Amino acid sequence: MSLLDQKTESVVRLEGVSKSYGDLLALDRVSLTVRQGEFVCLLGASGCGKSTLLSLVAGLDAITGGTLDIGGRKVSLMFQEAALFPWLSVRGNVELPLKLQGVSRAERRRRAEELLDIVRLAGFADKRPHELSGGMRQRVALARALAQDADILLMDEPFGALDAMTRDILHDELERIWREQHLTVLFVTHNVHEAVRLGDRVILLSSRPGRVIEDYAITHERPRRIDSPEVSGQAAEITDRLRSEVARHAR
Amino acid sequence: MPAETTLERDDAQVSGLDALELAPRREKGNLGRRVWRSAWPKLLAIALVLLVWQSVVWAEWKPIYVLPSPATVFTDLGNVITTGDFWGGVRVTMTRAFTGFLLAVVIGTVIGALVSQFAPLRAAIGSLITGLQTMPSIMWFPLAILLFQLSESAILFVVVLGAAPSVANGLISGIDYVPRTWLRAGQVMGMRGIAKYRHLILPASLPSFISGLKQGWAFSWRSLMAGELLVIVPGALSIGVRMQQARDLSDSSLVICYIIVVLIIGILIDVLFNKADNSLRKRWGLLS
Repeated sequence: MSLLDQKTESVVRLEGVSKSYGDLLALDRVSLTVRQGEFVCLLGASGCGKSTLLSLVAGLDAITGGTLDIGGRKVSLMFQEAALFPWLSVRGNVELPLKLQGVSRAERRRRAEELLDIVRLAGFADKRPHELSGGMRQRVALARALAQDADILLMDEPFGALDAMTRDILHDELERIWREQHLTVLFVTHNVHEAVRLGDRVILLSSRPGRVIEDYAITHERPRRIDSPEVSGQAAEITDRLRSEVARHAR
Repeated sequence: MPAETTLERDDAQVSGLDALELAPRREKGNLGRRVWRSAWPKLLAIALVLLVWQSVVWAEWKPIYVLPSPATVFTDLGNVITTGDFWGGVRVTMTRAFTGFLLAVVIGTVIGALVSQFAPLRAAIGSLITGLQTMPSIMWFPLAILLFQLSESAILFVVVLGAAPSVANGLISGIDYVPRTWLRAGQVMGMRGIAKYRHLILPASLPSFISGLKQGWAFSWRSLMAGELLVIVPGALSIGVRMQQARDLSDSSLVICYIIVVLIIGILIDVLFNKADNSLRKRWGLLS
């Protein structure tokens, strides 16, 4: 794996990236690379600027210092809320990014069917978002994100608001789709188990300001189970590191 | 890499949970029962009003030619609405109402869109719009009559002034309160300029815009009725004019007839707006 990794090109490259809001330094000289096809989890406690980092990569916000290079690639972003548009059907929501790209009506329709099939919601195309459960809405949001045909999928705690069983299923689903669609994913979470369950790498950030303090390679065989001894063991190790980091902020 | 083991979710596991999380469908009940359930409180309310009215008449609080009984009024109403002349009056009034309202919608929408788009304009006239909304429209008539004499334009002027601020405010607050996550989602999808308005801002602000329209209609209807009592345009026998004539003839029964007509028209239009509003809310999932 690691040999292959070095050969594949990097799609996101941050070198000494800083971001401050007025006096507040949110990110302090963060450097990291995400390679083609890699699943990278950004992990940290509150105030580590992990969501800020995603906004920067997504181009929603400007960096204050350093260099951020995504080589002109396209990104799509998923949030904790599905943020689907209630005036559109499930199909309409998935078709919207295609429409904005100027894809023809027939092609949009075909592509949306295909994407809904990937997230196993083919039978729900004509439903309204509010008729679906939280987990299903997130899958529609994933289909919509895939419709943008982006090179990099950014995910900002996308499963944070879901119950454990649904989250568990969505982990498996995301892993499957990531593998089948050859996605490159940058995934933000504060859930250590989730990070170890999903990531090829888990990057641990410190809080206030956010700095990279550790970059763990997760080499357990996929597909993984969140409750397997390997995942739990590694998660425990990272949790300890995270706790000592959080304790630094005690007064 | 080792062969994929079967930790994969099969379709049944995923769709099984989906099915469990969706609420089971509920039966709506038959049509007759639903109509009756929504109708009886209204019928009861009308019956109560009539009963109180009749009691006051029986108590002879006022002479019978000043406060006629419900039976007299409804007989008169029956006679009035079967004349073509009456419907001519309704047509005059409704034409004014719709012209004024449509004009107010166009003007209100343009102003609302401009104000929400340009910050200096908002600072300049944002609070003025709300101020205008609270202004009783009858205040405008003296000026309107001086500007336009006793003409249709005078009435139209006041109707538009009454309704346009509500329409503008509805649109402005709709645009202001588009949720941030939707805006971010749109931004990530690459929505800019016109596409952003067409695919995000306008549909997202629709519920607030519709309540603005509804409120605007109420204001324009009120202004119009005030106008028809004050500004009597020669030759236009509107509902207001007929009401004034009935008062001049001291025909209380006829005055009450026209009050009822105005009330019913108001209710009917309100029902239409509520229908539009409800179907939108239902589609958005804001109503259960």
